[in-house]
Amino acid sequence: MSYSNKVAIALSLASITILSSSAASAHDFSAGDIRIGHPWSRAAPAAAPVMGAYLTLTNAGPEADTLVGGSTPLAERIEIHQMSIEDGVARMRPLPDGLEVAPGSSVALAPGGIHLMFIKPARPFAEGDRIEATLEFARAGSVRVEFVVQRNAEGKPDTATDHGGHTP
Amino acid sequence: MNRVRLFRICVWGAVVLLAGFLLVSTMLPEPQAPAEASTGTARVGGPFSLTSHEGERIDNQSLTGRPYLVFFGFTHCPEICPTTLFELTDLMSELGADAEKFEALFVTVDPERDTQALLASYMTSFDSRITALRGSSEETETTLRAFSAYAAKVPLEDGQYTMDHTTGVYLVRGDGSFGGTLDMHEPRDIRLQKLRRLAGS
Ligand SMILES: [Cu+2]
Repeated sequence: MSYSNKVAIALSLASITILSSSAASAHDFSAGDIRIGHPWSRAAPAAAPVMGAYLTLTNAGPEADTLVGGSTPLAERIEIHQMSIEDGVARMRPLPDGLEVAPGSSVALAPGGIHLMFIKPARPFAEGDRIEATLEFARAGSVRVEFVVQRNAEGKPDTATDHGGHTP
Repeated sequence: MNRVRLFRICVWGAVVLLAGFLLVSTMLPEPQAPAEASTGTARVGGPFSLTSHEGERIDNQSLTGRPYLVFFGFTHCPEICPTTLFELTDLMSELGADAEKFEALFVTVDPERDTQALLASYMTSFDSRITALRGSSEETETTLRAFSAYAAKVPLEDGQYTMDHTTGVYLVRGDGSFGGTLDMHEPRDIRLQKLRRLAGS
């Protein structure tokens, strides 16, 4: 391969990297066979003692793995919860054994269902913040991730931003 | 033999018909009043008395003649409660001055952890026209009963607890009658329309 070809390849790879990192709304992390898609958390009200966080887990391996927990310097702890609404009543329960991801399958942690819950955040999460955290898997071990803080699942700002009350 | 057989067919026919009738009648939705119609009963909006996050006493008497919306929640709620408050903030900002024609009330079902100070801080994130209310556990129970709403403390393994609670937003018209509920999953235009109608009631 000629020198100029190598340069061309290197340049195109670099431009791909720049393009993908500028797509702020999509970010992935992986460890072993586990891929963690777009971890995000909600912009929190002032003094909110808890905050929900979401992501998608994909297991490309031949064996099941289990998300058993996580931690972040920005909250007292991270728990795995399931919520449901039945007959107009909302219920939330911890998943003490963690969340299993079967081989070759995906599990979405999303509003209205399973979520991670940040307990006692050190400060309110403001839109655009990135929250560093470590997730623990039974097989894949520890994975460092970053939760991006969004106002809603779509990551679209709404007209409520003016009233957001995020003190600088 | 023929008669016995005929009798059996008739009995089984009757059983099948009855079972079918029961199945259909349980599957059909209960006849419901349209969302805008008054229930004409005191099932929603009965007597209650609570304290606002600014320390003001608010009860059904002080709301007489004034339309309001009310919903139940708590600050240790990661999703529905803050989302409802953010969405109401958005809708009220769109309504502008019309949103001054009704009260917006958020009643905590967890007065133990939701102190007045915590609520005062929490509410700074939302439209300043939304009022958080809390009461003693008795006052909270009375308020839940006043709206036929449900809340229960659920102990967790680690000594902590969480709350199960009704999620609907109740609309109460100026004349005290029930004006239906606001569903945060219905289109934004419909919700705006309902709130405008509430403001004019
Ligand atoms: Cu939770």
